[in-house]
Amino acid sequence: MTEASTLERKVASAAKAVSTRGPGFDRNYLPFVYPALIITLAVIVFPWIFTIYMSFYDWKIGHAREFVGFANFTKLTTDARFIESIGHTLYFTALAVVLPVIFGTIAALIFNERFPLRGLFRAIFILPMMATPVAVALVWTMMFHPQLGVLNYLLSLVGIPPQLWVYSPETVIPSLVAVEVWHWTPLVMLIVLGGLASLPTEPYESARIDGASAWQMFRHITLPLIMPFILVAGVIRMIDALKAFDTIFVITSGGPGTASETINIYLYLQAFSFYNIGYASAMTMVFFALIIVLTLVLLYLRQKAKWT
Amino acid sequence: MTTARPSPGVRLKRFASNVGFALAVFVIVSPAILVMLWMLSLSLKNDVDNIAFPPVFVPSPPTFANFIDVFEKNRFDIYFVNSLVVSGVSTLIAILVGVPAGYGIAKAQAHKLAVLTLIARITPGLSYLIPLYILFQWIGLTGTVWPIVITHLVLTVPIFIYVMIGFFENLPPDLEEAALIDGCSLWQAFRYVALPLARPGIVVGAILSVIFSWNNFIFGAVLGGRTTRTLPVAVFNMLTFEQLAWGPLAAAALLVTAPVLILTLFIQKEIVGGLTTGGVKGG
Repeated sequence: MTEASTLERKVASAAKAVSTRGPGFDRNYLPFVYPALIITLAVIVFPWIFTIYMSFYDWKIGHAREFVGFANFTKLTTDARFIESIGHTLYFTALAVVLPVIFGTIAALIFNERFPLRGLFRAIFILPMMATPVAVALVWTMMFHPQLGVLNYLLSLVGIPPQLWVYSPETVIPSLVAVEVWHWTPLVMLIVLGGLASLPTEPYESARIDGASAWQMFRHITLPLIMPFILVAGVIRMIDALKAFDTIFVITSGGPGTASETINIYLYLQAFSFYNIGYASAMTMVFFALIIVLTLVLLYLRQKAKWT
Repeated sequence: MTTARPSPGVRLKRFASNVGFALAVFVIVSPAILVMLWMLSLSLKNDVDNIAFPPVFVPSPPTFANFIDVFEKNRFDIYFVNSLVVSGVSTLIAILVGVPAGYGIAKAQAHKLAVLTLIARITPGLSYLIPLYILFQWIGLTGTVWPIVITHLVLTVPIFIYVMIGFFENLPPDLEEAALIDGCSLWQAFRYVALPLARPGIVVGAILSVIFSWNNFIFGAVLGGRTTRTLPVAVFNMLTFEQLAWGPLAAAALLVTAPVLILTLFIQKEIVGGLTTGGVKGG
């Protein structure tokens, strides 16, 4: 009797579990998430909250801390070096978004075709994005060397005078962008390639019957259909470019002078060279807000592109 | 009678477009391969050839002196073990909590929890590092490798959960539903039905998480000491000490990144197959 009723209950709960699948939230699965949630709270959510707390203190490692309210934030607005670093970050980001998106899209169109050894070439193409950034930065540092670097030698072959690359304030950011483009164009390629793979074939067939040229089909069918993917790639690229750290830090550490000092580099120096933890925390929050705002702007543009 | 054989003009045109296409493939692949080959070339040449101008491209004869030099002058064995422990343990923890979490989020359609991993992806790494650095000082964990392992969870857990969500969402639910109707608990359905099927997803997620942990520089740079630093930090330190010793520098760079490149070739198909559509990348 009891056995039958427990069985009945089991079936009922199983049926409920099955029927509550699909759209909507199923509480029964929450325990699966708890262990990960605890870790996430400890190493991700706690640091967020603690950063907010620290940003209201004049806090230097090894010294007593003092509550200062919003003083760290007002200090940021008059910190010329910080404001300059915003400019460097935006300059770097603009180039490091646009160029990989263009090159990555072209590469995706090429890799979408069938040709011999495609898998091998694609594997080689994505190697840069998986390579260790410090190792990549080291090789580029040697390539950028003004006297002995291979880049100036290659330029001399085509008759271009030697450049100072990362050793001149004028060319340091474009040079760092070159490394970033080399490093992250594969990620854009992969995202756009995913979009190309999902394209329907019917519009092309009817366009071909109507006598459309290859360019017309690309311009009026392919491009609009993969635009959402290109924009997603752009958003991801922008977030990563704003946060770029490793290669810049290894190649120039923000130099020459402060010519390539981005927000992230200045933030690092404030926190771990000058040990101004409170001030760096305030800067982190402004930096995070900047990333969020720019991301939302791009997502808004994406939404608009969808409707028109 | 007209056959399928195209006229000479059409064939010439097709040939020309094939050559053009091959050229395009060559152009887009060459930056990746040339920089890698240049790293290899630098690591196999002696110092005289390395700073020669015009540059010597092919090492003749190739020498392994730079690699021997790296191991003799630095404790690369220690740093290698450190890197192995950090990426291994942080990935292991990510697997333990990430497989059930990915399953739970996929089944419960808990999109808000998925958004949490996305915000974690947007946040700059330094904003985790400052508070955790203070915390580790307070509880006295500095001087060991554990602070680095714990901060690497910031990278490995979200990446791994993200991969697992995608994997479980694509897994047909029929088998588990049958198990539930047969009276299995949710846990049993997960343990005996979904988990065995999840092996390929776990492998790919683990490899990606190991790679991103292995590649990370900033966490180890701040939290690592003389004996606890990871490989990328050790290589960076060589740069500051050995200004123009390009051979050993390139050899060290190659030693750090070679395991990653080899792993990448193994999961190349999965990476291309859309795992990166959500922009998986540590940082």
